[in-house]
Amino acid sequence: MDNLGNIGTTEEQIELMDVATNFCRDKSPMDKVRALIDDDLGYDPDVWKEIGELGWLAIAIPEKHEGVGLSMAEVVPIAEQMGRNLMSTPFGTTTLAAQALLAGGSEAQQAEWLPRIAAGCAATLALSEDSGDWDLANITCSGKLDGDSIVLSGKKQLVRWADSAELIIASVKVDGNVRFALIERSAIGEGTLRRESIIDETARSFELTLDDVAIPADALFDASRTRETIEKIELAAGLIQAAEMCGGSQAVIDYTLEYLKTRKQFDKIIGSFQALKHPTVDNYVEYEKARTHLYSAAYSWGEQGRGEVAVRMAAAQAHSSYSRAADRSIQFHGGFGFTHDCDAQLHRRKAIFDGALIGDAAYQRSKLASLLFD
Amino acid sequence: MADKPSAAELKEFGDAADAWFKENTVRDPGFMLPLTFMEVSTDQQFDFLRDWQRKVYEAGFLGASWPKEYGGGGMHSEYQRVATRAMKKYDAPIMINAIGNGWAGPLILDLGSEEQKQTYIKGMLTAEDIWCQGFSEPEHGSDLGNAQLKAVKEGDEYVLNGSKIWTSLGDRAKYMILLARTDFEAENKYKGLSFFLNPMKIDGISTSRIKKLTGEYGFVQTFFSDARISADCLFGGEGNGWSMAMKTLEYERGAKVKPVGGYFVKELDVMQIVELAKNSMRNGKPLLDDPVMRDKMTQYMIDIQALNLNNTRRRMPQLMQDKPMGLPLMNKLARTELIRELTEFSLGFQGTKAGYYVGDENAVDDGYWHRSYLNSFSATIGGGTSEIQRNIVAEHALGLPKTR
Repeated sequence: MDNLGNIGTTEEQIELMDVATNFCRDKSPMDKVRALIDDDLGYDPDVWKEIGELGWLAIAIPEKHEGVGLSMAEVVPIAEQMGRNLMSTPFGTTTLAAQALLAGGSEAQQAEWLPRIAAGCAATLALSEDSGDWDLANITCSGKLDGDSIVLSGKKQLVRWADSAELIIASVKVDGNVRFALIERSAIGEGTLRRESIIDETARSFELTLDDVAIPADALFDASRTRETIEKIELAAGLIQAAEMCGGSQAVIDYTLEYLKTRKQFDKIIGSFQALKHPTVDNYVEYEKARTHLYSAAYSWGEQGRGEVAVRMAAAQAHSSYSRAADRSIQFHGGFGFTHDCDAQLHRRKAIFDGALIGDAAYQRSKLASLLFD
Repeated sequence: MADKPSAAELKEFGDAADAWFKENTVRDPGFMLPLTFMEVSTDQQFDFLRDWQRKVYEAGFLGASWPKEYGGGGMHSEYQRVATRAMKKYDAPIMINAIGNGWAGPLILDLGSEEQKQTYIKGMLTAEDIWCQGFSEPEHGSDLGNAQLKAVKEGDEYVLNGSKIWTSLGDRAKYMILLARTDFEAENKYKGLSFFLNPMKIDGISTSRIKKLTGEYGFVQTFFSDARISADCLFGGEGNGWSMAMKTLEYERGAKVKPVGGYFVKELDVMQIVELAKNSMRNGKPLLDDPVMRDKMTQYMIDIQALNLNNTRRRMPQLMQDKPMGLPLMNKLARTELIRELTEFSLGFQGTKAGYYVGDENAVDDGYWHRSYLNSFSATIGGGTSEIQRNIVAEHALGLPKTR
């Protein structure tokens, strides 16, 4: 089986890991995470500005487009620390939009948008529809050529941070073929975005009604690159969410450990009971496996064949380990675990949301099986 | 300390090792070769493996980085690493003298006297002197610190009474690393223990073989009945037995003493399980078309790949910052449990043939999978059960309080 990758790091990756560890911890303390749940925007604009100034949105953008010229491998430690500290911002969607542009955008589209994104402008993708299918090609939204413009129709769901995005890249069918349409903020009218009620209260997501949204006829990705764009989006999204979930697993395990080390029942610290400590060790083992896969996926990102196997393994393991660790965290916190005040639920809900975005562990495994056995 | 070799020097050595193992490795001697040093059952197996270890040593591919003055090769540890890689590449048989080379040897090299090093090291490398381990007792398995075998000092001798169990190769060994109680009044159970380099072929020591759940032999129980050993056999001083025993575990990680090289346990080649799955049928179709088996096999591939990569990650401090003891301490638990699960899983591939066992011509792979599954418990129980391992990870990596 020669499509199993290796593990390694880059110097830049480790430097960014150190910086991101401190930044995300300092800028996203739990009381702030809690306060932002009730905030309309859902993130601190000052922090978002700082993320832009740190150059984090430029990391995986080539230098010729005013980026840093590194790769998604160096985005991983940042997304990991954001997930660990439940720091929700348009960082993931913006990074993803840049990757989509790199895979499918024309020279002109890249030259127009990548420098703007590198400088801190938020962007997002509009992929999901009412079918609930994780298959990005199974869509019904459409675009019709009308003179110099294309008129869109249909509804997109789970468009994260759409109200903040200057650019939305939406998948639509044109003449029966899947195409990616660049929708600028200015093209979206009043009432086309409806804020959705989502399981992860730290994120923001919108339903986007495309009906009557018109874009210039040249605001489509090249038809010949649809397939590789879909593949790139799946892999980049898988890697980013795997990183966030991995960081989240670490956080929820630490949060559980803290409780197990302090809570007393029957005159004993409950962490001394094997009924609690043994499953906690098992969850920790699963988390370390997820982190190993994460940094293997970062390392193998650019390799044909190996990249997809590594990313899907990372996504599958991160989703199963995050879900399990958060589920047990609720249980092990007892009555307090059943309350909204207990942070375990934030993680449990985020794990569900992240799985919904990219495909849960079972879905990743079904994709992997074909890559490994067929 | 030997100089770090250049890439060219290392390549030359590696090529020589490759050539040697290619030419000399015997994979099928006409009888079943043990996968671990704990499974050596027949004289034929024992003689073969003992000869094999001596041959590898004499070729310079075992103990290459141990000190020259005691029988090692005196070379940089990179050379040994390359030699071990060649063994793996050609699927060479195991090194039989596990307790000597992996446990007693590093301890003696680290803390032993000049005389002890001269006495013991070379014989363990040549496999002339087989070593066994006397830690567990019939009544004290997981609670090792509570070992009760009595060692009473009389003049310049200790008199030993009691019993040790799971002493693999105990009936063939010349020496045993022995954990015995020298002080029954000590303030706690650990402080009453002492550590001995104990001769086996003396009056008062007898062994009886244990028939394993597989039907094979490989372990023995050792009985001590007024066995007298020289007080010089005491190692590390009276009352320091527990810390000596714990030290032998540390050497496994290879940080303090250069690894002797080779391996004592053959890692299950998991790709063989994929092959078995691919060659198995269910309901007239390939087994891996069955969605349940397909999903399970995929999850196992994820687990296998994670544990394989963990071996590399363990050497990367930049990815070990948060809980540095986590990965090293969880390795035994994760790996042995996975192998148990995988080998059990493989029985389900075989349909009706899962009913056969070693020795029947209808058995799949001559019962290899059944035998591997049943033997896998030796690793999930021996060396600290998985339940004890979870306590160790919880207490030493995650900082949870002790279970009392």
